[in-house]
Amino acid sequence: MADAQAGPRSAYPPPRPPEALGRARGALGALRAYGLIVAMWVRSTMAYRASFLMTTFGNFAASGLDFAAVMIMFSHIDRLGGFTLPEIALLYGATSTSLGLADLVLGNMDRVGQRVRDGTFDTLLVRPVPVLVQVAADRFALRRVGRVSQGLLVLCWGAVGAGVAWTPAKALFAAVMVIAGAAIFAAVFIGGAAFQFWSADAAEVQSSFTYGGSTMLQYPPAVFARELVRGVTFVVPLAFVNWIPALRLLGRDDPLGLPGWVDFCGPAVALAMLLGAGLLWRVGLRNYRSTGS
Amino acid sequence: MSEEGFIELDGVEKVFDVRRKAGFLRRERHRVRAVDGIGFRVARGEMVGYIGPNGAGKSTTIKMLTGILTPSAGRLRVAGVDPSRERTRLAHRIGVVFGQRTTLWWDLPLRDSYGLVRRMYRVPEARYRSNLERCVELLDLGDLLDVPVRQLSLGQRMRGDIAAALLHDPEVLYLDEPTIGLDVVSKAKVRGFLREVNAERGTTVLLTTHDLTDIEQLCERVMVIDHGRLVHDGGLDALHTAGESERTLVVDLARALPPIEGVPGARTVKVEGPRQWLAFATGQSAAPIVAAVAERYPLVDLSVREPDIEDVIARMYAGGKGL
Repeated sequence: MADAQAGPRSAYPPPRPPEALGRARGALGALRAYGLIVAMWVRSTMAYRASFLMTTFGNFAASGLDFAAVMIMFSHIDRLGGFTLPEIALLYGATSTSLGLADLVLGNMDRVGQRVRDGTFDTLLVRPVPVLVQVAADRFALRRVGRVSQGLLVLCWGAVGAGVAWTPAKALFAAVMVIAGAAIFAAVFIGGAAFQFWSADAAEVQSSFTYGGSTMLQYPPAVFARELVRGVTFVVPLAFVNWIPALRLLGRDDPLGLPGWVDFCGPAVALAMLLGAGLLWRVGLRNYRSTGS
Repeated sequence: MSEEGFIELDGVEKVFDVRRKAGFLRRERHRVRAVDGIGFRVARGEMVGYIGPNGAGKSTTIKMLTGILTPSAGRLRVAGVDPSRERTRLAHRIGVVFGQRTTLWWDLPLRDSYGLVRRMYRVPEARYRSNLERCVELLDLGDLLDVPVRQLSLGQRMRGDIAAALLHDPEVLYLDEPTIGLDVVSKAKVRGFLREVNAERGTTVLLTTHDLTDIEQLCERVMVIDHGRLVHDGGLDALHTAGESERTLVVDLARALPPIEGVPGARTVKVEGPRQWLAFATGQSAAPIVAAVAERYPLVDLSVREPDIEDVIARMYAGGKGL
């Protein structure tokens, strides 16, 4: 409205780029938009600095309590399901870091249901940025770094104490394991968010898969019934997060007797799950836009 | 795309499947036609009021025009683009203000929300600066830019929201209840601003409202929707004629008296102690009626009430006076 004689609307708004280039640019644009929104949330959080420091510490301490429980258990026994304390620390640390990363990057996706109910979801749909990106960045909480750093600490302690003969290849394997695990958790988060287009209560179901699933993964598989382990491996491929790869890292046999190459499937499973979750999200969004409820 | 058909709707429908609990596991399904075959055209630069009772289909129409919802049937184009198919691309060209849902950042200064709009919409720096300057001047936002949004009053926040929707130079502006809950001063500022933007920039404006004054002061054309159908499309005067609307003169007399009689053009519709309500036609001036009452009755105080849009539409619909 500033300059009425600005002439033709030249390059603004931007014209549609060709397909392939458009896709690449779209992905970059999505990342940029994610960064923009995250920066806004971080600044919002800093409006309450003291509260931020306290909740970050609280997050760090609360996720550590789980591990404290395991340590107390070990003050009475030497081994749990044949695993030593550092070995469990490795398992626990890897899962905790994976979950922490996924939680940090898109931990508030369960707000989709609430946004749908109070109608604020519509305001996301009129912006020139993918809705998934906006939802992922929604209420980004820097305090969640607490869980990640606590997980990393335990992981490092376990890695040193578990008697693994570390080589660069093994270190890379561990890093990939943690990142693939984070991607798998992320896929579950996205899938859970997608379900909320149908059922507003799906946030509860999703939590039982992620937070519940995470508690289970922090204990060695042999503690749980074989059937349950089988279910977790095949129904929710969360086991790829750390059980299967960590068993290789620790040089142990897998209680299910799966072939050796399965240990390396983490990234592929993560990718497949992300694709599936993305598809589910699209279907969910389309359903929302045709029903509006 | 022609300039006359900047916004085009042809036989647009939106049908919702509603499931209701009818037993332990049984769900009753029934279809609700929220929008039932609407067609209209809005030219570039027009300012149109879109009104109707709650649940008439106003918001559903706006949501289809912005691409939030996909129509069940019919053809819909905004600036030659199908909104539901190219929602993200169209977003650069439209501005939306949802009256009761702010898009501003609660804990951050107003300025920060605008900065995000600039980056998200990739508005060139120079254009952003001049647009912001103009908005600040017309909406009187100067002192508010560095105040966290949570500390703003409702009227200030609404002004802030309207500015946010215009920083990227949209060609169309949709406003859903932009003056709801605002005080008189804020309402006047918002209306003045919208007039200015429309005149200066040629921005097409479509607004829904419950406040007839918004329409009177802003729109030459008004569309009325009821039960998902367009029941009126034309000038405001025509709407009053079609709706046989009436203004109301409320008088406070010195004491309780029998209903006022013998005032030409007005009839007493309600008496409550010393207060009486007289209805008269919208086209008529209140002055002679006030004079006639004051001449024969002990008049203490008075006020004139404009017809309520809801009443006008309700009467219009009950009378079966479509289009």
